[in-house]
Amino acid sequence: MATVELRFSALPEHVRTARLVAAAVARRAGVDEAVLDEVRLAVGEACSRAVGLHQAADVPAPVRVALVEEEKQFSIEVGDEAPRTAPGERAPGAGPGRGEEPEAEGEDEMGLAVISGLVDDVEVTAGENGGSIRMTWPTAS
Amino acid sequence: MDLSLSTRTVGDRTVVEVGGEIDVYTAPKLREQLVELVNDGSFHLVVDMERVDFLDSTGLGVLVGGLKRVRAHEGSLRLVCNQERILKIFRITGLTKVFPIHTSVEEAVAATD
Repeated sequence: MATVELRFSALPEHVRTARLVAAAVARRAGVDEAVLDEVRLAVGEACSRAVGLHQAADVPAPVRVALVEEEKQFSIEVGDEAPRTAPGERAPGAGPGRGEEPEAEGEDEMGLAVISGLVDDVEVTAGENGGSIRMTWPTAS
Repeated sequence: MDLSLSTRTVGDRTVVEVGGEIDVYTAPKLREQLVELVNDGSFHLVVDMERVDFLDSTGLGVLVGGLKRVRAHEGSLRLVCNQERILKIFRITGLTKVFPIHTSVEEAVAATD
């Protein structure tokens, strides 16, 4: 079981809450102070992406964030329930008004680019029933 | 914390001072502000990010969108930022090659190339 688990409605305003909680738990777990900014940014990116995927596919389920303190490491897993029919394919009937601005294109990829630039140990999975991003940092303990 | 925005004109440049957190929730406000400025004919923008506490890829997307809009009018979009944790995001995404980043508003306003 996760040390702390968070579930929030797939709305942009809750992503900040997820960042704050993740940073607080990471600090307690012994993640280096200098790395906390990266944890905050990476979890924010993963949650923003999950919110976007839920909204685009009209998934009413919440976004899940599991914060897991283990021996000598701390992991965050952000899970979504947006189905992927094919890699990169958008679900039909994508949410109204979203993703139509030209700069919204590729934000998904930019979020992933930021995560992989920040976190050495990251695992991205996606399937019919949703996907997840798991990120792990070493701890001092 | 919310996003704060204020604009002022310096010569032919418009300085947009941004404060707070630019993320998936607040970025649309910044986008609106940039779109409005370009629609009103301000094509040379300086975005002062010295008081920004947090920036994510949504914010980067809005800045890239702003750059695209001003360039359509042969304008410019310059950033002012000295904060290492913000600069790091521009570096890992390769956007330091896309945006001119200055250490002060004065320098950004005076820049011409």
